[in-house]
Amino acid sequence: MKKFIAVLLTLSMILVGCAALAEGVMTHADYAAAEIDAEVVVETYVQAKQSWWDNKATVYCQSEDGAYFLYEMACPEEDYAKLVPGTKIRVTGYKGEWAGEVEIVDATFEILEGCYIAEPADMTALLGTDELIAHQNELAVFKGMTIEAIEYKNGQPGDDIYVTASVNGQSYSFCVEVYLTGTDTDVYKAVGELKAGDVVDIEGFLYWYEGVNPHIISIKAAA
Amino acid sequence: MSNKRAALLLAQLLVCLLALTGCHGSKGLEAFAVPQEFDETQQHEITFWAKNDTNMTQVAIYEDAIRGFEALYPNIRVNLRLYTDYSKIYNDVITNIATQTTPNVCITYPDHIATYMTGTNSVVPLDALFENEKYGLGGSEVRFDSPTQEEIIGQFLGECVLGGRHYAVPFMRSTEACYVNRTYVEALGFTLPETLTWDFIWEVSEAAMTKDEEGNFLVNGQKVMIPFIYKSTDNMMIQMLRQRNAGYSTDDGRIEIFNDTTRELLYTVAEHAKSGAFSTFKISSYPANFLNAGQCIFAVDSTAGATWMGPDAPLIDISEEKLVDFEIEVMTIPQFDPEHPKMISQGPSVCIFNKEDPQEVLASWLFTQYLLTNDVQIAYACTEGYVPVTSKAQSSGAYQEYLARSGEDNDEHYDVKIRASKLLLDNTHSTFVTPVYNGSASLRSAAGQMIEEVTKAVRRKKTVDDAFMEKLFADMTSLYRLDQLAGQGKTEMIGEDDPGPLPDAAVALIAALAGTWILMGAYVLRQRIRKKK
Repeated sequence: MKKFIAVLLTLSMILVGCAALAEGVMTHADYAAAEIDAEVVVETYVQAKQSWWDNKATVYCQSEDGAYFLYEMACPEEDYAKLVPGTKIRVTGYKGEWAGEVEIVDATFEILEGCYIAEPADMTALLGTDELIAHQNELAVFKGMTIEAIEYKNGQPGDDIYVTASVNGQSYSFCVEVYLTGTDTDVYKAVGELKAGDVVDIEGFLYWYEGVNPHIISIKAAA
Repeated sequence: MSNKRAALLLAQLLVCLLALTGCHGSKGLEAFAVPQEFDETQQHEITFWAKNDTNMTQVAIYEDAIRGFEALYPNIRVNLRLYTDYSKIYNDVITNIATQTTPNVCITYPDHIATYMTGTNSVVPLDALFENEKYGLGGSEVRFDSPTQEEIIGQFLGECVLGGRHYAVPFMRSTEACYVNRTYVEALGFTLPETLTWDFIWEVSEAAMTKDEEGNFLVNGQKVMIPFIYKSTDNMMIQMLRQRNAGYSTDDGRIEIFNDTTRELLYTVAEHAKSGAFSTFKISSYPANFLNAGQCIFAVDSTAGATWMGPDAPLIDISEEKLVDFEIEVMTIPQFDPEHPKMISQGPSVCIFNKEDPQEVLASWLFTQYLLTNDVQIAYACTEGYVPVTSKAQSSGAYQEYLARSGEDNDEHYDVKIRASKLLLDNTHSTFVTPVYNGSASLRSAAGQMIEEVTKAVRRKKTVDDAFMEKLFADMTSLYRLDQLAGQGKTEMIGEDDPGPLPDAAVALIAALAGTWILMGAYVLRQRIRKKK
């Protein structure tokens, strides 16, 4: 009997411990409400990877209730290969804000069971509204955008491409981030060939740099 | 064993030893020797990896320089590859050293060259080229008006010396400046001193933190105000230590940074980061963006970033509705001893990578020299708060006229940019550089990272005390492998002539040789004793 009680107590302690850990994981609403510099713990799903260097990975993640940008998260190279789109991870880090982009910095992660791939949400109507920032870092599509200007950061292919596109008479900035979509990707080449006046649908992650500045992952002629 | 056989074995061992040690250091290219003549019948295609400050005018100047050079030397074609980040160039060069696919000519920093030099003969020492009568600086066969060695500002040229030799030429020089919102300083009841001090900046910054009942900062009426933002915390720590005459590192790479002055400086940073009066580029974003939005009072950045500073700046990265009008002042970085100001000398230099064909290297050198001509120097210096690196360009009528036209427009003659250049021209004698050796770039990173870590820690409500400092010092030592650098020697030991430390196998062979000698000596001695008997 004593043995049975001891086992029962041990099990209940483990369960309490697990419950406490689960309680520590934030919903996206909790995360959004957390102060800058607060410690945060979220469970989310990898959508795309930007770069790996010196055991640090920069990753775009999204869950059903919101998205996260993980900047220079501690990540050995062998683990980086495991971060394929859809992979569920628990991330522990600090909430930061850099030029308007809210991100998780100085983070570590562990891979969990689970998979989720976000579908791009049409946010064309949200451009220019205060509501847009609530969707920061989510995968979005902007339809019927008219290209105004295409500018290579360096004046020649090889680095980021800055895209200015308009809808309903307002101009917005987009970016082909070369670390996310390199010079040999279809999107890099396609954007380089765009001309002012082209009307396109732009898909990308709703990144922020001194205002909305989505990172483009796909571009095609407007339907 | 007969004496003859022993001698034969010794000879064989010596041959092996020489072969073994000879291998070490000869895996790379042969040392470059200046050819007697430049072969103009041979076509050369050279690559030039250049850095610009996300400034298309600079790109255009590089392209113009290449066109001008190619017109003079039709047998040389220069391919330009552009970067906006020194660290990306550094990473790419290191990757390409292993495959011997380095560029021919490369914009760089001396710290980086020290690492490049770990590849055998990878970087060309330039002294013989400087002095070459035909193709050297001001040489008789050079087809353009190249400066003489004496016409390159001695202090800047000296910064390109590693281990007693020149491994680069300076291309442009800058320093850091503090871009000040004078309007806000005076609104807070302060008067700018002639030379900024750290105490003044901290005092004004803390005063700017006062808020109204609704949480708006009184000084700007906004929700955001970071009074003091530093772009390069590496430079911040390095300059603070130099101004305090505190240890950083010795010339031969002994690490001295983990000292009481560093600790004291970090406590001060922590105090003001905790109140929100101080932040960094890495944590918050570009100082210029905050300054121009009226959300920063003291923005420290390179003089080469001057075209981004101020409400009328020709380059702006924030939306027009965020811009705030204010009077901007360009001042030297804060000092501990305003009577003896000290500030860092920085800016791009140019190195040449060695190739199998010495004619190709000579072609690279001619192009490098072309970058020092007045036309290129003045045009590039005018794009930002740089200064030309030759007295010839600095004293030229064209450059003097450019300086005199400060403020005539907000483009080429943007006054903040020209004031930033003048700041360096007036203070060149007060500039310094840190010792360069293989690994000095890591120490530099550690210097800045300590400020970043302390700032983040207090923002995250962690305790910064002696235990924190001890752990920080240990973490930095480990992260940047500083314990492996300590006292490892000057870069001159890692260059082309000295093969570096012997490999383990060679050391073992020497030990075996010594043992053999002892045995042979004992054998010969024994034989002689026997004969005598």
